[in-house]
Amino acid sequence: MRAKDYINGVKSGKISAIKTVKSILDEIKKINKDYNYFNNITDELALELAEKIEKNPKGRLAGLPVSIKDDICVKGVETTCSSNILRGYKPIFNATVVKKLVDEGAVIIGKTNQDAFGFGSFNINTDYKVPRNPLGKTRVTGGSSGGAAGFTALTEFPHVAIGESTGGSIAAPCSFCGVQGLTPTYGAVSRYGLIDYANSLDKIGAIGKCLDDVELVFDVIRGHDNKDSTSLNEELSNNNEVKTIGLIKETLDIDPKIKDLILKKLNELGIEYEKVSLPLTSKYSLASYYIIAMAEASTNLSKYCGMRYGQEEKLDLPYNEYFSDVRTKYFNKEAKRRIILGTFTRMAGYRDAFYLKAMKVRTLIINEYKKAFRRYDLLVSPSMPIIAPKFSEVDKLTPAENYMMDIMTVGPNLAGLPHLSLNAGVYNKMPVGIMFTGDHLNEKKLFSVGKKYGV
Amino acid sequence: MKINKEILQGVANNARIKLSKKEVDELLPQLNGILKIFSQLNGINTNNIEPSFQPVEVKNVFREDRVESCKEDVLVNVKNKEDRYFKGPKSI
Repeated sequence: MRAKDYINGVKSGKISAIKTVKSILDEIKKINKDYNYFNNITDELALELAEKIEKNPKGRLAGLPVSIKDDICVKGVETTCSSNILRGYKPIFNATVVKKLVDEGAVIIGKTNQDAFGFGSFNINTDYKVPRNPLGKTRVTGGSSGGAAGFTALTEFPHVAIGESTGGSIAAPCSFCGVQGLTPTYGAVSRYGLIDYANSLDKIGAIGKCLDDVELVFDVIRGHDNKDSTSLNEELSNNNEVKTIGLIKETLDIDPKIKDLILKKLNELGIEYEKVSLPLTSKYSLASYYIIAMAEASTNLSKYCGMRYGQEEKLDLPYNEYFSDVRTKYFNKEAKRRIILGTFTRMAGYRDAFYLKAMKVRTLIINEYKKAFRRYDLLVSPSMPIIAPKFSEVDKLTPAENYMMDIMTVGPNLAGLPHLSLNAGVYNKMPVGIMFTGDHLNEKKLFSVGKKYGV
Repeated sequence: MKINKEILQGVANNARIKLSKKEVDELLPQLNGILKIFSQLNGINTNNIEPSFQPVEVKNVFREDRVESCKEDVLVNVKNKEDRYFKGPKSI
């Protein structure tokens, strides 16, 4: 059932929010034994919110079950980013998105699994149990918002997931699990209460079974927020007309079966498209993205040192030794790898060659996209170069090969451009995603082409 | 550009991460593989290009310089505390 139909049912008294919420909570518990989508199921909070709605069924999301990625703060609910170092941390405030959702009647059902701090493309770097693909348990969900996309695909109840993307963490799991996900323009949704991975890249977005659900929730969570100094004080563009689409040539150098599926879908759309080349983005976005993301992550993660919140130990070690002890004990391998590389690229002597260079390359990449948008309303590419791989296949990849899987998604994320991943069909019994990218604040064009697409 | 064991240990020390000999041996080729990707940026000319620290232009945002009291209990997640203070390891 579409979220809108369910919400109308709740408002007219035909559907009980309490009954629905109880059923979805039961379902989560059953599913979680095998699939590990939730780090924390918020029974008490969910029932309290559902009762409130049943008494007074108001709000644009009246009674709608919404899951929250575990890097977004929910007051009084354990929020860990799937990292051991934050086990036990209960925020004393709600993230702006959570406040907006609850104010409009949404029911928060739990915190979803992810790669710890968002560090991963497959959701295997979680300190909780690894989530499994809803269409094949031997395969990954994709990451880092793996729990969010996996549960969205598997549940039959009305539900929307709040995810977050730094370099592709919404598009990747949506592609692998066969659901729809919007990564908005950087700054269109407040980051207040989002636990930072990389400040200049992080974006909160929505994942749904159908595009309507995604749009409904995006409309609630977007907008300027005084509490986030990078929040944009600008409205979305009202232009939703899509006349021309540029198909990014360099993204087609993949498995021909995936390529054919994408081309077939585009032809079905009946929208004029032509091939466009983005040479700089294709060649340099991966390096530029990972340098910036790791540099920012290494500074953001310096606050986890065994004081103020998160894991603490007995204070019987010398000053520096204490911090090193806590960090070594509770950060996982991937977090350590990124902290070390990020620290290296910011060090005296290397800063200009890596960090500053990456920031300059980002300027060139943004310019390349802006030039393309003078000619095209939207750009299109596959969301991922592959279908969801098996765990045994991912185990064989080196870290560098792992990072290369993000080749389609890092470009728009680096440039802060809104992008929408939609299910394009099935290859080898697994979903394939198609990704539309728009200019800054052009989300309405994405929704307009998505509607034509019919998901 | 390549890093060696000495640089790696120095960086890890700065980042307050302890590495065992085994971890150093495992990390070194991995990090050099990633740095090889990073070094691709040497192939692009960025003379006279301004860096983009944000993907969209963001202006400084100031609030009024007014003291506000914190209503929430910031010590609620803290184990090591005394009176109204966070407690850390001994510095001297």
